[in-house]
Amino acid sequence: MADLSLDTPIAAAPVKPAAAIRKLLLNPAVLFGGAVITVVVLTGLLAPWLGTIDPTAINPIARNKVPGAEFFMRTDTGERIKMIALFGTDGLGRDVYSRVVYGARVSLFVGVSVALISVACGLLIGVLAGFFRLLDAVIMRIMDGLMAIPAILLAIAMVSLFRSSVWTVIIAITVPQVPGVVRLVRSIVLSVREEPYVEAAVTLGTSTPKLLWRHVLPNTIAPMIVQGTFICASAILIEAILSFLGIGVPPEVPTWGNIMAEGRQVFSLFPHNIIYPGVFLAMTILAVNILGDGLRDTLDPKMAKRV
Amino acid sequence: MSAPVLEVANLSVAIRGDGDRPHAVRGISLSVGANEIVCVVGESGSGKSVTAQAVMGLLPKNAMSVETGSIRLEGEELTTKSDADLRAIRGTRMAMVFQEPMTALNPVERVGDQIGEVLEVHTDLDPRERRKRVLDMMRAVHLPDPEQMIDAYPHQLSGGQRQRIMIAAALVLDPALLIADEPTTALDVTTQAQILKLVREMQARKKTGVLFITHDFGVVSEIADRVVVMQLGRIVEQGAAEDVLRNPREEYTKMLLASVPSMTPPKRVPVSGPVVLQTEKLFKTYGKRSLFQPKARIVNAVKDVSLEVRRGETLGIVGESGSGKSTVARCIARLVDPTSGAVRIDNIDTAAMKEAQFRPMRRRMQFIFQDPYRSLNPRRTVGEAIIEGPMNFGLSRNEALQRARDLMAVVHLSPDAVDRYPHQFSGGQRQRICIARALAMEPELLIGDEPVSALDVSVQAQVLKLLDEVRRRFNLAVLFITHDLRVAAQVCDRIAVMQRGVIVEQGTTADVFAAPKHEYTKALFEAAPGRHREFFAGA
Repeated sequence: MADLSLDTPIAAAPVKPAAAIRKLLLNPAVLFGGAVITVVVLTGLLAPWLGTIDPTAINPIARNKVPGAEFFMRTDTGERIKMIALFGTDGLGRDVYSRVVYGARVSLFVGVSVALISVACGLLIGVLAGFFRLLDAVIMRIMDGLMAIPAILLAIAMVSLFRSSVWTVIIAITVPQVPGVVRLVRSIVLSVREEPYVEAAVTLGTSTPKLLWRHVLPNTIAPMIVQGTFICASAILIEAILSFLGIGVPPEVPTWGNIMAEGRQVFSLFPHNIIYPGVFLAMTILAVNILGDGLRDTLDPKMAKRV
Repeated sequence: MSAPVLEVANLSVAIRGDGDRPHAVRGISLSVGANEIVCVVGESGSGKSVTAQAVMGLLPKNAMSVETGSIRLEGEELTTKSDADLRAIRGTRMAMVFQEPMTALNPVERVGDQIGEVLEVHTDLDPRERRKRVLDMMRAVHLPDPEQMIDAYPHQLSGGQRQRIMIAAALVLDPALLIADEPTTALDVTTQAQILKLVREMQARKKTGVLFITHDFGVVSEIADRVVVMQLGRIVEQGAAEDVLRNPREEYTKMLLASVPSMTPPKRVPVSGPVVLQTEKLFKTYGKRSLFQPKARIVNAVKDVSLEVRRGETLGIVGESGSGKSTVARCIARLVDPTSGAVRIDNIDTAAMKEAQFRPMRRRMQFIFQDPYRSLNPRRTVGEAIIEGPMNFGLSRNEALQRARDLMAVVHLSPDAVDRYPHQFSGGQRQRICIARALAMEPELLIGDEPVSALDVSVQAQVLKLLDEVRRRFNLAVLFITHDLRVAAQVCDRIAVMQRGVIVEQGTTADVFAAPKHEYTKALFEAAPGRHREFFAGA
C-alpha cells in the first residue's frame, strides 16, 4: 500500500511550542490569574515609585489615622510635608499603604522561593526514588516522616534555634512541601520507566543519567509547573500565618502577615490595618490558584480530569 | 427473507473539530437480518467501530454526530430518538459486547449483579427471579459452576469467562440485535475459538441478528454469513461471506485478502551459519519466599528454556499470553535479569553479567517492541532516536546522522524525514523507524517481541517483508516472538512452541506445521481461525 513509498504523505505539522503558548493565552483562567499576578509583581518591584514612604518609619504624631486622613511627617532634611494616608496608619504611625506595597515583595519572594526549592528538591529525590528501587523504600519512609512535621511547629522550633529571618521561614515552609512533590515525581517516573521507549533506550546502551535526563525528566515538566504554582500560593498563605503568629519574618519587615498582626489589637476600632493587607493576600492567592488551574487544564489534561 | 433487524441507510457521521477527515463514516448502507451474522471488516480508521457506536447511540457526544441517513431497528427509526428512549432500547432490543472484557466489567461489582443489572433496569422482576434468570443465562453461555461464579468478582475469572459474562449480560433479555465490537481480539487463540463458537450458538438460539466487527479475516471466515468491507469510512464491498472471501471484486478487498499470511509455510533451506544466540536451562522466577513472606507465591515465568539461533536464521517463539515467550526475549535482551541458566551471545555467557559489564553487549542485539506508538519518545525527533544508540557507542553526531539517513532509505522512508517527530508517522512507518533504530547499532541479533501484532494486516505484510529484507541484507539472526501462527509460518525457519514457561515443542517450521506432535501445539493449530482457508486475491 501507500505506506511503502518514499513520498507517503506524512502527517501535518507537530504541535509547536508557539501553538502551546497560544493555547495557554486563550485560557481565561490563565489570563485572569496571570494579569492579577503581574499587577502584584509590578507593585512589589515598583514599590519606591508608587508614592510610598519608608514603610518602617515610625511617626508618633500620626498614629492610627483612618484611611484618607491627612498627616504631617518630617523628611530626612527636616522639612515638614503633608501626606494623605491612603490606607491609614498603624499604631506606630507607619503608613499602611507603603507597608502593604512593600509587603508584596516579601510575600512573592517567599512564595516563589518555596515553590522553586521544593520542586527542585522534589524532582531530585523523586527521580531517585522512582528509578532506583533500592532507594525507594528508604526515601519514601523519610518522606512519610517529613510529612508528619507541621510547618508551624517547625517554624517555631527554627526561630527559637536560629534568628528569625526570611530564610528561616522559607525553609520551615519548604520542608513539609517537599514530600508531596516527591510523591508526584515518583509516580510519574514509575509509570514512564515502563514505557517501551525507555526500555528501547536501555537496549541502545544509554547510560542511566542520560536516560533520566532525555527520556524521563521531560515528562515531569508540565506537572511540576502546575504543582509549583499551587505550592507558591500555599507558601504565601503560610508565610502570612506565621508572621501573624509572630514566628515568621521579623516584625520590622513589612509583610502582609505582620501588618495584620500589628492591627489585631485595635481591629474593632481601626479595621483598615487588617482589611487592606487581607484583600491583597486573598486576591494574590486566588489569582495564583486560578492560574494553576488554568495551567493544569492546558498543560496536563489527564491530571485535570483526575483532580 | 423477513424484514431486516437492522437497516442502516446512507449513514454519515460527522467529526467535529479538525480531524484528518470531516466524516468518520460517509454514506454507508448495510442491513442485518434475523438469524444472520454480518461481519464488518476493515483496518484501523475504517469507521467500523463508529458504525457500531452510531447504531447503539453511543457516539462520543462532543466529537461526532449523525449528519444524514437513517438507522432502523426492526423498522423503527433510531436517529431521531431521545436519549431516554434509546436507553430503554439498549439492553432490551439491541445490546453490545466490547473488545476488552477486562475493562468493560466493573471490577468492584459481582458478575452476577452485573448481568442482573440489565434485568433490574428493564424489567420488574423481584431479586429471586432475577437471580434465577441470571443463573439460567450463565448456564446458557457454558460458564462452569454458575452457582459459585455468580458471586465472583471479575478479577477472579479468566478473560474468556469474562467475555462469556459480557455475552450473557448482553443477551439476557434476548435482544433482536447483538453488536460485537472485536469481542475476541483481546483473547488468546484457543479462547477465541470457544467464544466464536459461543456467539454462533447463542445467535442461533433466539435467531438474533449479529453485527460483528473485526479486523481478522480468519474470524470472518469462521463466523460470517455476510461480509461488509470498509475503508476510510466508506463501504468498499459487501456480499455473502463465501463470495467476498473467494471472489473479491474490489482491488482493496483483494489487497487485504492477499495480505493475510498463509498457514502453509514456504520451503526453506536449513541455515548453517555460526550460532549467535544460545540459551541453556534458562529460568526466570518471580516472587521469593523470605523471612517475612514464607508463603509468597512463586511463579516460574520461564522454565528450563534452551534454544539457539544461527546467523541468518529466524527462530519463532509461539505461544499464548502468559506462556513466557516475552520473558525469554526480555531475559536475553536484559530488560529483566534471568534467575538462572546461561545466555550465550557469540559464546560469551551474559546471564551473570552486571549491567555495566553487559552494556558493551547491547550493540550486538537489538529489540523491536510491539507498540510502535509507545516505543519512540514523542518529544524527540526520529533522527535523534536513531542516532542515540550509535552515539552511546562513540560514533560522532555527524557520522551517526549520516547512518540514520542511510537507514531511513533502507526501511523505505525518506531520509529527510529524520527531522520529524514520531506522531507525524503512521503505525507502520513508526515500526520501520524502530527497525532503522535497531539496525543503526549494526547488531548480529534482532529480537522482535510481537513486532507486527499492533499493525493492520496490509501494513503487517509490508513490515514482515522489510524484516525479511534486512535479515538477508545484514545476515542477521532473528528471534521472533509472536502469538500469530500465520505470521510464524511465513517468517520463521524454526519454531519453538511455549506453554506456561516451558518449550513444549521445537522444530523446523515445515515439520511443526505439517505434523505437530505435542497436544498443546495441536490445540493451537485447531483453534487458529480460518485454518482451513487460504486467503488470496481472486484471479
